Amino acid sequence: MTAVAQPLPAARRPKRMTPARWGLYAFIFITALYFLLPLYVMVVTSLKPMAEIRQGNLLALPIAPSIEAWVKAWTSACTGLTCQGIKIGFLNSLRILVPSVAISILVGSLTGYALSLWRVRGANILFGAMMVVAFIPYQLFIYPLVRVFSFTGLGQSLLTIVMIHTIFGLPTMTLLFRNYFASLPVELFKAARVDGAGFYQIYARIMMPMATPMIVVAVILQTTGIWNDFILGLVFAGRDNLPMTVQLNNIVNSTQGERAYNVDMAATLLTALLPLAVYFGSGRWFVRGIAAGAVKG
Amino acid sequence: MQKSNVDIRSLQIGFGGLKVLENLNLHVEASEFLVLLGPSGCGKSTLLNAIAGLIDVKGGEIHIGGRDVTWAEPKDRGIAMVFQSYALYPRMSVRRNMSFGLKVAGTPREEIERRVGEAAQMLRLTSLLDRRPSELSGGQRQRVAIGRALVRHAGVYLFDEPLSNLDAQLRAELRVEIKRLHARLSATMIYVTHDQIEALTLADRIAVMQGGVIQQLDTPKKIYREPVNRFVASFVGSPAMNFIPGRIACDGETGFIAGANRLGLNGYAFRGLPTDARAVLGIRPEHIELTASDDPSAVSARVEMVEPMGADTLIWCRLADGTTFSFRDDADAKMREGDTLALRFPAQALSLFDETSGQRL
Amino acid sequence: MRLSLTSRFSAISALLPALLVMLVVYIGATSWTVWMSLTNSRMLPNNNFVGLRQYETLLGNDRWITSVHNIVIYGVLFVSFALLIGFLLAVAIDQRVRAEDTIRSIFLYPYSMSFVVTGLVWQWLLNPTLGIQHVLRSWGFENATFDWIVRPETAIYCLVIAGVWQASGLVMAIMLAGLRGVDEEIWKAARVDGLPKWRVYMSIIIPMMGASFATAAVLLSTGVVRLYDLSVSMTNGGPGIASEVPAKFVMDHLFERANIGLATAAATTMLITVIAVVAPYLYWRARKGEMR
Repeated sequence: MTAVAQPLPAARRPKRMTPARWGLYAFIFITALYFLLPLYVMVVTSLKPMAEIRQGNLLALPIAPSIEAWVKAWTSACTGLTCQGIKIGFLNSLRILVPSVAISILVGSLTGYALSLWRVRGANILFGAMMVVAFIPYQLFIYPLVRVFSFTGLGQSLLTIVMIHTIFGLPTMTLLFRNYFASLPVELFKAARVDGAGFYQIYARIMMPMATPMIVVAVILQTTGIWNDFILGLVFAGRDNLPMTVQLNNIVNSTQGERAYNVDMAATLLTALLPLAVYFGSGRWFVRGIAAGAVKG
Repeated sequence: MQKSNVDIRSLQIGFGGLKVLENLNLHVEASEFLVLLGPSGCGKSTLLNAIAGLIDVKGGEIHIGGRDVTWAEPKDRGIAMVFQSYALYPRMSVRRNMSFGLKVAGTPREEIERRVGEAAQMLRLTSLLDRRPSELSGGQRQRVAIGRALVRHAGVYLFDEPLSNLDAQLRAELRVEIKRLHARLSATMIYVTHDQIEALTLADRIAVMQGGVIQQLDTPKKIYREPVNRFVASFVGSPAMNFIPGRIACDGETGFIAGANRLGLNGYAFRGLPTDARAVLGIRPEHIELTASDDPSAVSARVEMVEPMGADTLIWCRLADGTTFSFRDDADAKMREGDTLALRFPAQALSLFDETSGQRL
Repeated sequence: MRLSLTSRFSAISALLPALLVMLVVYIGATSWTVWMSLTNSRMLPNNNFVGLRQYETLLGNDRWITSVHNIVIYGVLFVSFALLIGFLLAVAIDQRVRAEDTIRSIFLYPYSMSFVVTGLVWQWLLNPTLGIQHVLRSWGFENATFDWIVRPETAIYCLVIAGVWQASGLVMAIMLAGLRGVDEEIWKAARVDGLPKWRVYMSIIIPMMGASFATAAVLLSTGVVRLYDLSVSMTNGGPGIASEVPAKFVMDHLFERANIGLATAAATTMLITVIAVVAPYLYWRARKGEMR
């Protein structure tokens, strides 16, 4: 370079906090506030009595914190028709969640396994098609499926909603497990074949035990996905099995007369509790789940 | 184009509590080709990155071209650098890869064009200027990376294992190209590698490093012939130097005793006065000579295995006491497994190391 | 290796559920929906073919026009802001900041929450009587107004605020993975070249991150077309029909207004939009895959 010949002003050890660094932390701090604000407001509102909410400041800490609103939200908030609180929805969601997660992972892993390691004719076409249809909005399927289920006599029921979650979870689950099995050394599979193991034996004895990390990711992905579902539960679960999200919306949005914001927020937090627990409990696994789900196609 | 010298004074580098380099001194002359050679983790890349200003130092000073640049930004140090992974900007054409730094620095356009054209011509890249890195072979990519360094007209060129990602044949080709470049520009070059062949072929001087310490700084010939310790001796040279344990005996004519054999050491340049002590004898395979079986200084050994290597043959032998070693003979060597050979170990080609410290005696 | 007959049979049996789902649900149901959109089905599906009349009706329907208008505004703003904020956050976190894990958790936790929860929280925050507007006024900004959620012309922007809050963390996670994948030596080379950091991002890093941007954009866009829960829980399409969206239009006409023909025509229109977004992306990915 031509400029290097001139002496530099006495080179100094650089300072730790440059203005750019300050700007960086300021940016992070301000965005963090935007992201944390709703959670904070939810918590403080749910702990305030209504009088305090009406007079006070949204952001103020509760003067006389009480868990009354939580109790009410859990046991006696009205969802339009009944007033048994959101615990009904919580139990419904659990009853939907457990079999849906288990079955969708079972079917998805088996499909992924068959598509990755066994050269079945047309497997690639099937897989490609599954990746494409994963993008289609539910509105295209909902009405025909309602008709099909009522035709088969299942109608709206727990079994229906579990089947629906399995169906709509299939593309993502298949993708997840197919890619994972495809990344394992193929020699492993060949060795098992040479030892005379059959299709289901290899799946149950060798592949699934090795797929523990993917199972964790799949459980996280499906648990948050199914728990957070609204539209499928609304349409397919039936009045007796409405999931928590639907109940929550009913509690908050169908209230007649004065709204009990503290109860609303307590119910909202209760609904968000499980996914939040999964998220904070699983740490980087959640990110891995997103990354795995994000590589659709 | 100016050529800068580099002066490193009691440099210290550490990450957290880990000390990578401690109190390291090194002087590189202007126009010199210096190779930093060592196994991975020896601190050679750390040292090069410190010279480039890519990592912070804990203590000591770095001077380039007589200026203290210890805390200067990389761009203000008058250096240019070539990386192992090429580190080309993937979405830019070859031309833009080479010119981008100059453009950002505000160099006039004609000057940029002149320098890019010159470098491209030197590296035979002229026809590739409008291609993207993804459309180039590994060797072409590394030539572009060298070109990007050249256009900076720097006082010092730094190479961080530039050939490690290439296959053997390309590596050999590019090695010649770099050597030619140095001859043509006679620029100061500091080159990091773990490949001793690269070091021996390219360097004016080699600094062999281990454990963050320069073990030996010398010409390739000296490094090869007179390694200062067992590490240098074993790291440089392929096939590796043979090591035979034994002891030095000063009774009468100084000699080396290994089992039943006694080797005369007349002609070996001891660094100090020889004393009776346990020692390790080092000799390179090509320095061992066949001799007549009635030669009084002959060592008798049995052939264990013969490895034809194309240009020559490597013969593995065993001494009576079980020590094995190899020696090199020409391609049409006739030895067979089980033969007994009479061999001579010329004293001036030997290296003797202290058994415990490993230092040359 | 040739497959034995039993193994082959087993493999096919394992694929049967997927095949069935594919044919019946995805292809069968979609075709039926498209077919119904060409009939004059009302309460129940019938087979009276009416050509494209439902689509004509759709184009003349105020509520549909508003829905489409809204989804375009929402889509453009939501995708741009989520990409921008997500990318900036990823870049910020990539600067070796302290407490990186905590910061990342803060930005990503909304993504674990449902749209219903998101909608209800923001409905409360944006409530003009007691929400943020109230806070601003109580701080002495007497004339502060932030009543977007009750004003027809601005209600849709409230959905954007909530949506961006929920989804930016996802973009951040994708972008951060992309940034961490950049060869360390490219950064070193850029420093030796004397490029300022912003310049490195603009001229080198962003062009390298095409795949990350495309993935994030496609994920966000498919979410846009599906937008339903947020509109239902946050504004229920209101005030009036000011924040209606296509997915809600379909649902309402299927289950409340008993106009299956119109609903399926709307659904088919959504499908065409999705194909227009996704097909080029999938094609691009497939070609990239082949080139590798």
